[in-house]
Amino acid sequence: MSTAEATKPILEFRNINTHYGAVHILKDVNLAIYPGELVCLLGGNASGKSTTLKTLLGMVTPTSGEVVLDGEVVNDKPTSYRVERGVTMVPENRRLFKRLSVLENLQLGAYLRNDKDGIANDLERIYTMFPRVKERMHQKSGTLSGGEQQMVAMGRALMASPRVLLMDEPSMGLAPALVQTNFELIQQIHEEGIAIFMVEQNANMALSIADRGWVLQTGKVVLDDSADSLLANPDLRKSYLGEA
Amino acid sequence: MSDITADVAMTELADGLSEATEVVKGAFEIDRSKAVRFGGLLALALVFISLVGMPVGMDGRQILYWINPDVYVNHPDGQGLSLGYVALFLWPLLLGWAVGSEVVLEGMAATKRGAHDLVTGLVVGVIGGLGVSVLTMLLAWDREINPENGVPAYGMRDPLVNWNEDLYILLTFNRGWTFALWAWPLLAGLLAMFGAGLRLMSDPIRKAIVAALLAIVAVSIFQFLVDDLLGGLGETIADPGRLSNFFGDDPDAGRPNVDSVFDGLLDFVYAKTGGLRLQGVIFVGVVAAGLSLLGSYVTRGRVKAARQAYLDRPVAERTTSSAIGMVVIALALIILPFFTGKIVNELLANVGIFLLLALGLNIVVGLAGILDLGYVAFFAVGGYTTAVLTSAGRGESWPSWVPLFVTDDGEAVVGGWIIALVLVMIFAALTGLLIGAPVIRMRGDYLAIVTLGFGEIIRLLFLSDWLKGYFGGAQGITNIEGADFGFLGTVTGVNPRSVFYLVLFFSAIAIYVSWRLERSRLGRAWMAIREDESVAEAMGINTVNMKLMAFVVGAVLASFSGAIFSAKVGSIFPTSFLILVSIIILVVVIVGGMGNIMGVIAGSLVLIGVLGGPKQPGLLQEFSEYKLLIYGALLIWMMLKRPEGLVPNARRSRELHQEEFLQDAWLKGEVDTGDDEGEEGDAVATEVAPA
Repeated sequence: MSTAEATKPILEFRNINTHYGAVHILKDVNLAIYPGELVCLLGGNASGKSTTLKTLLGMVTPTSGEVVLDGEVVNDKPTSYRVERGVTMVPENRRLFKRLSVLENLQLGAYLRNDKDGIANDLERIYTMFPRVKERMHQKSGTLSGGEQQMVAMGRALMASPRVLLMDEPSMGLAPALVQTNFELIQQIHEEGIAIFMVEQNANMALSIADRGWVLQTGKVVLDDSADSLLANPDLRKSYLGEA
Repeated sequence: MSDITADVAMTELADGLSEATEVVKGAFEIDRSKAVRFGGLLALALVFISLVGMPVGMDGRQILYWINPDVYVNHPDGQGLSLGYVALFLWPLLLGWAVGSEVVLEGMAATKRGAHDLVTGLVVGVIGGLGVSVLTMLLAWDREINPENGVPAYGMRDPLVNWNEDLYILLTFNRGWTFALWAWPLLAGLLAMFGAGLRLMSDPIRKAIVAALLAIVAVSIFQFLVDDLLGGLGETIADPGRLSNFFGDDPDAGRPNVDSVFDGLLDFVYAKTGGLRLQGVIFVGVVAAGLSLLGSYVTRGRVKAARQAYLDRPVAERTTSSAIGMVVIALALIILPFFTGKIVNELLANVGIFLLLALGLNIVVGLAGILDLGYVAFFAVGGYTTAVLTSAGRGESWPSWVPLFVTDDGEAVVGGWIIALVLVMIFAALTGLLIGAPVIRMRGDYLAIVTLGFGEIIRLLFLSDWLKGYFGGAQGITNIEGADFGFLGTVTGVNPRSVFYLVLFFSAIAIYVSWRLERSRLGRAWMAIREDESVAEAMGINTVNMKLMAFVVGAVLASFSGAIFSAKVGSIFPTSFLILVSIIILVVVIVGGMGNIMGVIAGSLVLIGVLGGPKQPGLLQEFSEYKLLIYGALLIWMMLKRPEGLVPNARRSRELHQEEFLQDAWLKGEVDTGDDEGEEGDAVATEVAPA
């Protein structure tokens, strides 16, 4: 990843520690996401994956360490500040605003943007990307099928015109056939130059498309390597890929 | 030869007989457990209603008269059917109808209707009627006649307040309990059979019968309204000059004593002592049934088609036509008080005050999803602030720099109320922030409970001795001046028509604001918070600020209502602001349909206008004692059967019956085939909407 490393990271964790009450969740975590790359964070249950995302987005404040966005320490900046600067999340299980229409969901994605023309353009772009979404724009998003909901969730995130997309378990709750389509979708978005930070349990699938990856275990980064070496790593194969 | 013909005849006869026995047998093939269940329910309902005192309480109101002097002798004047009996007779009809309901599953034929439906109805009614028989038996058994004065005493009177002679006379039709013993099962059985029989009729006939029955009851119990409206209209037609007096201080004062042109009609329909005459019953019934039949045969689905055509039109066009509709309604509302008398105007003013409150709460609960149970606090702040600024009778402790918009002669200052209103707005917004800031970080149930507490705290502050010098404690603030708008007139409680106009003005503003908000970026942010607060936050929405804003907007609308209330009633006390007010406003919002403006309007008309507000009488004054019972029952029924509220809105009802829709849509192949075209949402909504 020499090209990526040459530039400055968009989003960075420097020795991050977080606590829920007295419980120590993230322990001295260091991460860096560079423009245009596709990286993934692997980890089992309760390893701190979701907390990592929430800390990146500012919904959880770290107890020590620095969250750095474009070289600026943003520890005490609200979520809206980071979203405005191109950090957007696709939440776990899609979590659309079910009783609002597809269009309203998309509009909410662009909530912090003021450029009307840019929003209209992006809406068109999403409609060309997902013609199905356009067909259903006035329908309640909760009435869509799982695959369609996934498209809307992606569209909603793209409406914020992100530079980094944080994806929380994109394959969760999807039929196996859809998981494959979904990963193709992620790659497609990635090819448009948007950096993707993906949190996944489906290590095999995630690593097959990612450039780099980290493995988180009880709040500590235990492995930090290129996707290929991680796939080859016997420890990882043992614990995540279910091989003896 | 003749033998053979005889044989044929015999077999035919035998066939006919067996067919007949089949039919008779079929009639008795009923779902016994269902019939017994509904019968038991009916018995319970009838006994409960009797013991709650509804029949006796409403016995004073005549629905109709017939000529049979010895049946209902317990009324001083009456030979007819009272509302009290209607409260009982209604249930066999309803349950008789309900027992025949069935869910027709996809791919399964509906059960054939037939004699068995009637038998089921009869069984339900008889079981229910037996419940009343048992009750009358118990009453008779407990009815000990005092040998000295011949007055009956009831031992059970102590726990059961309504266990008394009135109930006994009513339930026995004043003919002794042995009569009641067989009369109730028979009567209830026949009524329930009739209810069940409605299912056997063709649609237009059934609609006509139901329309006639409803019209008779409605025309009778709304006699007052009909009288007032037709009277006023008739008088105006007879003497148009009356309108010139309209802008006077008290329009009713100059109401000339002319005869309404409708007097003849009213006298024909209504009896002098209230209720319909027999000829009136026939007249109203025939007119209603005729209109219904006319509707069924002449328009035949044209209305439905028109509705569909309306829904198929693009959203922008629809907005224009609904805007035109709104203007028409607004004009009608402006003209309406010209013809109505004081009491109806008073009712309308009350409806308006609660409508304004409900619209505010609709933003808080319906749009932003914040369950605020202490909403009355802002109503109180609005009321008290106005009182302090416009009453010479406010507490002694106010420093002189707090403005008082009253002249030295004790008259309201022109425009004073408007200035007070600005201050009211500011105070309400500040109170909203003050209460909101600590509680808004909570979610769901916790927030509801804390707001409930704050609502009470505000009331107790106004009641407290500590602030008695300011707010007068339990004595409240009296002598509140009306709102003087100079040449436009003065709004005071003496002139409910003016209150109605004031309230109409503010409601129009509130409706417009709600309508705009729903379609704005702010409204979308609120709805996003209502749907999923964490995701809304992740979208960059500042959830705390947005929720606080909803709270404050709601507070300001409630304070408007409080300011009008203050000017209207002229004196306010802490007891005007009980928790009950919060609850009733919430019920109005829920019954109307959360987040649905038209629904909220319908909800306030029905609940506040007809049943009455927490302290304000409604059109049905007989119901006022059972208002809370009816509210509660209505709320439960709505939550179970019709969570989308009174005014069905395709959008909203689809949201709430989503799972059913999804299944239906899946069965019809609508979910994954993607073969629908254009205007998706509405097309599916109407296709899938349940009847």
